[in-house]
Amino acid sequence: MNGKIKSISNPKLSLEILSPEEIQRLHTASLDIIETTGIRFPSKHALDIWEAHGAQVDRSTSIVKVPGQIIEDALKLAPSKYDLAARSPSQDLSLDGNHVFLGTDGCGVEVLDINTGKRRMSTWQDVADIARVGDALEEIAFHWVAVSAQDLPPRTRGLNELRAIWENSTKHAQTESIYNEWEASAAVEMAATIAGGRDALRKRPVLSIMQCTAPPLGQDGGSVDAALIGAEAGLPVGFMTMAACLTTGPATMAGTLAVGNAEVISATALIQLAFPGAPVFYAAAQTASDLRTGAYTGGGPEDFLFGAAQNKLSDFYNIPLSMGSFATGAKEPNWHAGVENSLSTFMASLVMSDMLLGVGLLHGSRIWSYAQMLMDCEIFSIIQKVMEGIVVNDETLALDVIRSVGPGGNFLNQKHTIRHMRDLFIPQFMDRRPYNIWEEKHDDGRDWALERARNILNTHQPELLDPAVAAELKIIIASVEGV
Amino acid sequence: MNSEDLFKEMAQSITDGEAEKAAELAKQAITLGIDPLEAINQGFVAGVNYVGDQFSCGNMFLPELVMAGEAMKAAVAVLEPELTKRGTERKMLGKVVLCTVEGDIHEIGKTLVGTMLSATGFQVYDMGVDVPVMKVVEKAREVSADIVAMSALLTTTMVHQKDVIEALEDVGMRTKVKVMVGGAPVTHEWVKQIGADGYSEDAIGAARVAKQLLGI
Repeated sequence: MNGKIKSISNPKLSLEILSPEEIQRLHTASLDIIETTGIRFPSKHALDIWEAHGAQVDRSTSIVKVPGQIIEDALKLAPSKYDLAARSPSQDLSLDGNHVFLGTDGCGVEVLDINTGKRRMSTWQDVADIARVGDALEEIAFHWVAVSAQDLPPRTRGLNELRAIWENSTKHAQTESIYNEWEASAAVEMAATIAGGRDALRKRPVLSIMQCTAPPLGQDGGSVDAALIGAEAGLPVGFMTMAACLTTGPATMAGTLAVGNAEVISATALIQLAFPGAPVFYAAAQTASDLRTGAYTGGGPEDFLFGAAQNKLSDFYNIPLSMGSFATGAKEPNWHAGVENSLSTFMASLVMSDMLLGVGLLHGSRIWSYAQMLMDCEIFSIIQKVMEGIVVNDETLALDVIRSVGPGGNFLNQKHTIRHMRDLFIPQFMDRRPYNIWEEKHDDGRDWALERARNILNTHQPELLDPAVAAELKIIIASVEGV
Repeated sequence: MNSEDLFKEMAQSITDGEAEKAAELAKQAITLGIDPLEAINQGFVAGVNYVGDQFSCGNMFLPELVMAGEAMKAAVAVLEPELTKRGTERKMLGKVVLCTVEGDIHEIGKTLVGTMLSATGFQVYDMGVDVPVMKVVEKAREVSADIVAMSALLTTTMVHQKDVIEALEDVGMRTKVKVMVGGAPVTHEWVKQIGADGYSEDAIGAARVAKQLLGI
């Protein structure tokens, strides 16, 4: 579908969560960490690049210590704005600092089956189905690999997941499931096939690559190698820190921000040293670990504050942000999920995070729920509306209309009302029916959300991928299968 | 100081998570000629039990458990040579070979499980991260492990948990060891599918599962 994409832009609301002085202190702290404590880069390729640029490299521990000036100079080479391309150009996403776009979460391992409601292991068909529903929803601007295609061999799983998305949606794909050099090379080949060649891909990157750091203060070697392959081909690449208070970061939020920031900017600087001017983005999903279990919580006040703070940091470096919001820790679509996903997304939106992740997964990004997906989209729509704020001008003040209605009248029969009533939000999944209707039916938003997802899955036909391109994607995957 | 007071101080050092203090008290015990087994069981273990109880009722939290575990480790390390000298040894609940599987570098969950298992009274052989399948099997054979415990954070590396189980079968050791698996993508279904014996979502639960598996 080449439908429009809903985004937040020209916001009236804003939030000063950190002062410029505080941001500078966080930055300086991260530079100090990188220079004196060091970051682990277990990749020969990365260590070679660092050494060539004057960093202190310990080959036995893979820890590099980099003077702050090198990091700062490298980060200045990153472009501040660029587009994420889609299979359908009308769905390209402009990362210009004035848009907030929404994507799905990843990468789950189970699915609440859309028909039976039973929890089961995720498969390739689920990746395809979720992409198809996402293709139909105007709130979904781009895809992550939402769940793992566990019915396929691990070697080509990540590539087949990308194929599932491209076969079922015309929107941009951002993969977080490519873990090494040869996988990245094959993914680049696939993306080039979609875009129409390597040069075309550089101009219109239909794929971006997100890699996780390995907190505290480390990187995954294969992920760094894969990111370098992507950057070489002109694909936007980003590094996500999930450093969490208590376990992979200090118990204090500022300390955890400094640790996570050190991971992200060191990896981002590496990309710039290797390929100056390559499009990069900052990515983060920081939170606090649970005090009892040590588990990643994906919610709570700390999570919400991190959500807003991180974009201040990416703004400081003048690069786009891919921000983990939504992604509740709740076990099912319930009160817990509603509170967490609303607040985390609101906070991340207030600061205009360029990309928001996290739609559809429960239990700390483990279990996919179509009902949650649709309700998350409604949360986004509500926040989009809130971000528009209150417009005050002659037309909206409506003094003429107020005068003509006067005391005791009503505004239902006014032309002004007809003109503006559709500015008011119409919820899809909130129960505003009379009490007796609810009492009789005993259904709610979760049922309606699920029903809508079923309906999309049964009726929505995405614009087909050119059969020749689809065949080519399969050939590329087959070529790395048996190696 | 009489031994009663010393034991109380030992317990307190564990409760406070003071590793240096615990080691120092262990040294004092040796100087005073106190039976090292008594020092452990009547002194330090009392602290571990207290922390465990406080954790259960929500008054203490995971970092306090970890600090107590590390203080216990420090005390035992001091007392161990003395135990050997006297020809006695601490009775452990069982031997656990622990690792993060091949191709996976995620460490913290695995290490936390190791700390909890040690604090509960297991002998833990932590092999670190990215450990090849056969190395796990060899280590399990070498130490006559009761339990092999494996962590994985990626769905693509999780498959090596299955490889280890199959390798244990191939060398005829599967019936002799229990297998525990963990990591964010691990589910009950996966545990069933690969034929593992136990699984926990968090480190505290892992210690409980380990005890259950050995019928303790």
